[in-house]
Amino acid sequence: MKHLLTLTLCLAAAPALANRVFVSNEKGNDVTVLDSETLEVIGTYPVGNRPRGITISPDGSELYVCASDDNLVRVFDPETMEEMHTLPSGPDPELFVLHPSGNPLYVANEDDNLVTVVDTKTHEVLAEIPVGVEPEGMGVSPDGQVVINTSETTNMAHFIDSDSFEIVANVLVDSRPRFAEYNHDGSKLYVSSEIGGTVSVIDPSTQQIAHKIEFEIPGVLPEAIQPVGVRVTSDGKKVFVALGPANRVAVIDGETDEVRDYLLVGQRVWQMAFTPDERYLFTTNGNSNDVSVIDVAEEEVVKSIPVGQQPWGVVVAPD
Amino acid sequence: MFKRIIVLLAGVWLCAVPAAAQQQPEVAVIRAAVLRVDDPGLPPISRLDLPPEDLAFAGARLAIEDNDTTGRFMNQDFEAEEIATDPGSAGAELDRLIEDGIQFIVVLADDATTLALADQAGDRAMILNAMARGDNLRGTDCRFNTIHVAPSNAMLADALAQFLMWKNWPRWFLIEGSHPADTALADAYRRAATKFGARIVEDRVYEDTGGARRTDSGHVQVQKQMPVFTQRAEDHDVVVAADEADVFASYLPYQVWDPRPVTGSAGLVPRSWHPAMEAWGASQFQNRFEELANRPIREPDYQTWLALRMIGEAATRTQSADPQTLREFMLSEQFEVAGFKGQKLTLRDWDHQVRQPILLTTGKLTASVSPQEQFLHQISQLDTLGIDRPETECKFREAT
Repeated sequence: MKHLLTLTLCLAAAPALANRVFVSNEKGNDVTVLDSETLEVIGTYPVGNRPRGITISPDGSELYVCASDDNLVRVFDPETMEEMHTLPSGPDPELFVLHPSGNPLYVANEDDNLVTVVDTKTHEVLAEIPVGVEPEGMGVSPDGQVVINTSETTNMAHFIDSDSFEIVANVLVDSRPRFAEYNHDGSKLYVSSEIGGTVSVIDPSTQQIAHKIEFEIPGVLPEAIQPVGVRVTSDGKKVFVALGPANRVAVIDGETDEVRDYLLVGQRVWQMAFTPDERYLFTTNGNSNDVSVIDVAEEEVVKSIPVGQQPWGVVVAPD
Repeated sequence: MFKRIIVLLAGVWLCAVPAAAQQQPEVAVIRAAVLRVDDPGLPPISRLDLPPEDLAFAGARLAIEDNDTTGRFMNQDFEAEEIATDPGSAGAELDRLIEDGIQFIVVLADDATTLALADQAGDRAMILNAMARGDNLRGTDCRFNTIHVAPSNAMLADALAQFLMWKNWPRWFLIEGSHPADTALADAYRRAATKFGARIVEDRVYEDTGGARRTDSGHVQVQKQMPVFTQRAEDHDVVVAADEADVFASYLPYQVWDPRPVTGSAGLVPRSWHPAMEAWGASQFQNRFEELANRPIREPDYQTWLALRMIGEAATRTQSADPQTLREFMLSEQFEVAGFKGQKLTLRDWDHQVRQPILLTTGKLTASVSPQEQFLHQISQLDTLGIDRPETECKFREAT
């Protein structure tokens, strides 16, 4: 009861706008839409076959979904969830990242060892960049100059120049790199290694690994600690790492790179997204078919919301 | 057209200037061979199990593609020669490969041939065993120059035993074939029963008398034989079949006297890999394999892929093409490789067996994966499967 009261007070105190939260359900072939304020399900909408990566344009007008088994990116109106058009993505698109300006879109083609660059306005493929085996993680520097791709079987983070579409550096990391995320000022690049069980903190200026974050959870087998999604608060002070079948999200001090806490979430947690005000962090839990809601300031899980079958990705609409 | 040029240019650029070695554009070649020794025995009892021509080789081709894609960034190029031979010619082929300068040889052969080839290779080459499961090869007959990529009988039996104990099915009716390989597998089940507290309440040998094994799809005779053969067994929870020779086990499901599930060589089968596996990124792996081979993957393909990926991983991590460097790294504590099984695969230093989860599979699905989480271990949970350090009978002679 007290907990409920606190929650209500918080809600009253912050006049945040409700944002739509979009969760791709890999096995359900649909997207579950949540309300970021009521934390209730608004609806579930079909989006094509095997939806995984999901993102939204900076102005909130276009929702992009990797329909992996359709070999294209489907674009939806985030309000109506009507399909507007599709984008060519190359085969088996898994994860993508938008340039900070909203164009172009950089897509990892998992089956074809390529990163495809697509113009979101003209819908044309601008380039196909050969990378390592099983490209997945996609990150972009805050200034949009460098795009990062991680290849899961080659075990590298590839640094791609966003003007020339050329690879300018390759950094070997631990096994099965899944995700790449810059911090706010571009001074650190976090790359998670699912099988290696670590997060490499790379200095983008030297392209060297500055530090490796390791995880240890009492009562959890080391093999079950499999880092995937990484999100950094805009002040760079808190880093959240989803630990897969360890069913935990690690909270890391963004300055010292020390692990501070582990938050228990649903089963097989992979991807995460903040609300624009960074009050909440949503996590997709693929084996328990739900989304956990983390209060970012309190570093506490406040709710879990059942969604569709095998939730994979999540994005929150901008204000 | 324009698009293609971009791709081509990007490719050329990658080959020419990998950031790691801008000064030395020379490409180092890492050579291996896959030596498949085909058993000229009887065909399998199910025609679905007929071996494809490119068995194991297709796995090798995928591994070389994977290694080469990574190699572009490291100035490394990988090759694997493919040899299909018979037991009589295997030794000569091995010598030819070694004389040709190849020092990594993936062998797919039965236990005895694998051991003979390992001895013949001696310190001249490293053997990567991608098929033979005999526990003796990891025990009294272990060889320092051999890495066992294929799981052992003990690992497979333990994987099934853990699941059966989790199901609370501790009373086993063991049916073993009459071939030596069947006995070896049955021994592994007897050991697993003792290890995990199961009881073999009945143990019968199914004699291979030859005869009409595939006549009329087997069903006419089988429908009479199997119920009779299995009747009046002690009360049991489950049937465990040990049929390496592939003579009878596939006929057991639905034909046993008591309504009990069949496991082991038929029914719920422990395997290193299965074409329906989807977890842990396996879907992508299956897609890539099927695109290349136009058929579903088989265990020898997976095991060969893994063997060659181990060489590739060693080359990437050491940034070397020197066989001795790669060999030492593969045998070192630092070595780990990802194999779409949800955790890193490493090598046991006491018998050179690759630690790996084992899939428990039905015809169409992965029903479970062992180790089961309730079976704990002080070092690695994977060491609850197979022969652990304190019980190993392997004594490597002076390192070659």
